[in-house]
Amino acid sequence: MKHIRTLNTRDYRKSVKQGGCGECQTSCQSACKTSCTVGNQSCETLTSKR
Amino acid sequence: MVFKRYIPVVHRYKNGGYNIVLDVESGAVHVADDLAYELIPLMEGYIKKDSKPEERLPDEVLETILADPSVRELADRFSPDAVRESLEELKSLVDSDALFSEDTYRAYVGSLANRPTVVKALCLHVAHDCNLSCKYCFASEGEYKGKRELMSLEVGKKALDFLIENSGSRRNLEVDFFGGEPLMNWQVVKELVEYGRRREKEADKNFRFTLTTNGVLLNDEILEFANREMSNIVCSIDGRKEVHDAMRPFRGGQGSYDRVLPGFKKVAASRNQNNYYVRGTYTHFNTDFSRDVIHLMDEGFEQISVEPVVAPPEMDYAIKEEDVPGLLEQYDLLADEIIKRRKEGHFVNFFHFMIDLEQGPCVAKRLSGCGSGCEYLAVTPTGDLYPCHQFVGNTDFLMGNVFEGIKRTDLRDSFKACNVYTKESCDTCFAKFYCSGGCAANSYNFSGDINGTYDIGCQLQRKRVECAIRIKAQTSE
Repeated sequence: MKHIRTLNTRDYRKSVKQGGCGECQTSCQSACKTSCTVGNQSCETLTSKR
Repeated sequence: MVFKRYIPVVHRYKNGGYNIVLDVESGAVHVADDLAYELIPLMEGYIKKDSKPEERLPDEVLETILADPSVRELADRFSPDAVRESLEELKSLVDSDALFSEDTYRAYVGSLANRPTVVKALCLHVAHDCNLSCKYCFASEGEYKGKRELMSLEVGKKALDFLIENSGSRRNLEVDFFGGEPLMNWQVVKELVEYGRRREKEADKNFRFTLTTNGVLLNDEILEFANREMSNIVCSIDGRKEVHDAMRPFRGGQGSYDRVLPGFKKVAASRNQNNYYVRGTYTHFNTDFSRDVIHLMDEGFEQISVEPVVAPPEMDYAIKEEDVPGLLEQYDLLADEIIKRRKEGHFVNFFHFMIDLEQGPCVAKRLSGCGSGCEYLAVTPTGDLYPCHQFVGNTDFLMGNVFEGIKRTDLRDSFKACNVYTKESCDTCFAKFYCSGGCAANSYNFSGDINGTYDIGCQLQRKRVECAIRIKAQTSE
């Protein structure tokens, strides 16, 4: 397209069906300890397929 | 044809010379030229609500939009052909549910509150004691409003058993050795890791141990063990020497920067610049904190997390509302610096700009957040269980202990039910699926309710999300 470029993103809607396994990292165990940051995490199921 | 006005679900912003368009509900991210960027809000009133994506913007409405006075003004500035072309492109995004998409998760959220409770992570307070006297410490120099004490091996083992027993079918289990300062109880940490390695085989689990340390007692023997067993090491350092020393002194008042920096450099190098963070706190006293992050970069660290202090507003070092505009600019400066360094071939990762657009968390995770109080618990040296490390010492939140399990199931259920839809101000926030409602402890500390919000934290969080997405847009060209 000429006027708008779309980045590759995971479709949240599909993840409703695929997700919820809970194997992903707990937010506060990474590096924050004082704030909840979820968007920066990766899905354990998707990344293990790489 | 008259359509109901649509509730805005598209967030547009300019950052670093980019026009970013975030479709909140689908997670789609677009980079628009000036014409498309200006056209999107003009389309908004014509979008048909509560309908299938391909029915939200029927072909016949395009002509109505083109006749809209504001759109005709755009055609005068750009050209009628360009406006039509841009509108057709935007319509194709609407048709494919990547623009003006609707919330379909609200009905689903109830099932999250009713999900079986499993525990998958523990913050193990192996030492309620510390060899530093950090001025902003929420743990009151490690004591957490209690007395100085170390976790016994017996309590630690019971905690790991509790985790395994309550983890259901979850295989990956996380244990953070935390404090106070966990290296003050290093022998117990080592023995707990060995115990965990035995137990994980028997129970078909995988322990991921992490360590959060101030670095004072770090030595080669500890580092060698940690590099073998710890999936992450969080090293507490605030940035510039004068900033660090002002807030992180020893008990005698002398600064700790010179003592901890060499050890942290060894951590970074010995782990090949991966699976560690230097983690700092900025306060009202260093609102130019981008300079601290840059200082850490200049010292050779590639994995950096520096974030705002969480403190009662009456503390002199607490972030004030008037600090916020300047802090937002700091994040822009930092984003520019990171891009500049990457272009020069120097990779650096700033934790709060990390965002995984392609393989990020599922909606269940995005809605339910950090899992404190249900999936994630903190364990005190005596084995008491709290919803997370930040609640430790507040006996209103004492949930039970590792010997008898969770007693306050009411508390657990209230944390489990906490999600972006139970927080009023999250409902209309574009960042809700990135922060997933934020930190329950922050909410409680500032509003008295885990479903409340901490407005300063939210403003900073939104800016970090905007910068993170801009960096993705810039690096994806």
